[in-house]
Amino acid sequence: MDTQEVFKKVVEILKPFAKNEEALSNVSMETSIQSDLEVNSARLVDIVLEIEDGFDIEISDDDADQVNTVGDAVNLIAAAE
Amino acid sequence: MNACDNRVVVTGLGVLAPNAHGLEAFTKALKNGNSGISFHEHLAELKFGCQVGGIPDGVEELQTKYLTEEELFAMNANMVYAAIAAIDAWTDAGLELPEDIAEADWDTGGIIGTGIGGIDTIGDTLAPKTKEGRVRRLGSTMVEQIMSSGNSARIAGKLALGNQVSTNSSACNTGTEAIVQAYHRIKDGLAIRMLAGGSEGPSHYIWAGFDAMRVLNRTMNHEPEAASRPMSASAAGFIPGSGAGILMLENLESALERGAHIYAEIVGAFLNCGGHRQGGSMTAPNPHSVQRCLRGALEMSGLEANQIGAINGHLTATFADPYEVENWSKALQLPAAEMPYIHSTKSLIGHALGAAGGLESVASVLELEHGFVHPSLNCEDLHPDLSEYAERIPQDCIEVEDLSVVAKASFGFGDVNGCVIFKKNP
Repeated sequence: MDTQEVFKKVVEILKPFAKNEEALSNVSMETSIQSDLEVNSARLVDIVLEIEDGFDIEISDDDADQVNTVGDAVNLIAAAE
Repeated sequence: MNACDNRVVVTGLGVLAPNAHGLEAFTKALKNGNSGISFHEHLAELKFGCQVGGIPDGVEELQTKYLTEEELFAMNANMVYAAIAAIDAWTDAGLELPEDIAEADWDTGGIIGTGIGGIDTIGDTLAPKTKEGRVRRLGSTMVEQIMSSGNSARIAGKLALGNQVSTNSSACNTGTEAIVQAYHRIKDGLAIRMLAGGSEGPSHYIWAGFDAMRVLNRTMNHEPEAASRPMSASAAGFIPGSGAGILMLENLESALERGAHIYAEIVGAFLNCGGHRQGGSMTAPNPHSVQRCLRGALEMSGLEANQIGAINGHLTATFADPYEVENWSKALQLPAAEMPYIHSTKSLIGHALGAAGGLESVASVLELEHGFVHPSLNCEDLHPDLSEYAERIPQDCIEVEDLSVVAKASFGFGDVNGCVIFKKNP
């Protein structure tokens, strides 16, 4: 799966959790999941589970803690695949 | 807010019932005596004795009009029901949804009860995954769905409530207890507006316990609409129901100031417990405590017993119905022929447990508003112990233009009682 495809799939996963629709419509690799998209911090746990299911990978808690931007998630997935 | 003796009125109603959603549809269903009880295949597959119940229709579609995808991700049916009824009560009270308001509304709170709560989440997700050693896979939403206060907590966020927000629980007295508690908070000057009522999901895990106790009617799976039979000689247990009924209670002064529609005033409100004494137990009411509760509400109201136009009873369709009517008669000290109309909303929607008091209070207030007493279904074979009350138990809808007072009572496991007296627009 190329980076663009992974990016699109990650954004799909983030979509229902994003409270800032404007930030969502302008989403890029640099977009912060919490401060820009305004995703409730408690839901990061659910997003990690959905990424694991969606890409058939396992993400360690330590790796998950390092994810701040959409790009961080995309790169983490690329490394795991 | 100052005085500690504020008058409390009802300025909004929200209802999601097995036979209707919304005030117009619910009023029509009450008047027409429409049953919301139907057969449920999953109960048959699970070998329940009672395979019929009351579950609101069309919620899957309805909920998306009230709640975002992110909110619904963390909500079970109990929470969804409560949110729909609360938002409806809020808008019915003429209030704007506070979507763009940054600050909490410090004067408005909510007491939204539930009898059992999010046990579907526990049964379907929490317990299996935990037992399998897959705790990590539970995600973030378990606590907010299984905490007893889950239903009121979600509403607080939707409506920016800044006063007391909590969930009470007293079994089948829950919804009525919530209204009494919220009434006192406003009366005491601690809040200006309180949402009050109850919700209960349609979980088979809830109903299973009652089915095992053999207190549900297992004889009429083939005839669901006739299955809920309060006050009938052939009553053979209650029919489980679900839904939410929520009232907006408000300080009279505030309601008048903002020109809100006032449905009714709460003139009496009483709670007590029989202490499992004098014939009371975990599952049976102490008749002395029931009578004290009903009399307590009446005395508080300052009304004479014969001013009560109708009783919306607890009346579930167990062996206890004739005892309940006897308690009403003793408490009001009225002979059978002079009793108010006696009827059971459960005959239409089943027993919605923690939501029952809320749903039945909404029904009572609508009866005052529109001047009618809805039919008590399925008691054409009236219990022989109630024969002297036959004229007072409506089998068809009765128009009562001057209906001005309705008494609503609920009784619950634990030997707990609650009674609220609603008086038409002061």
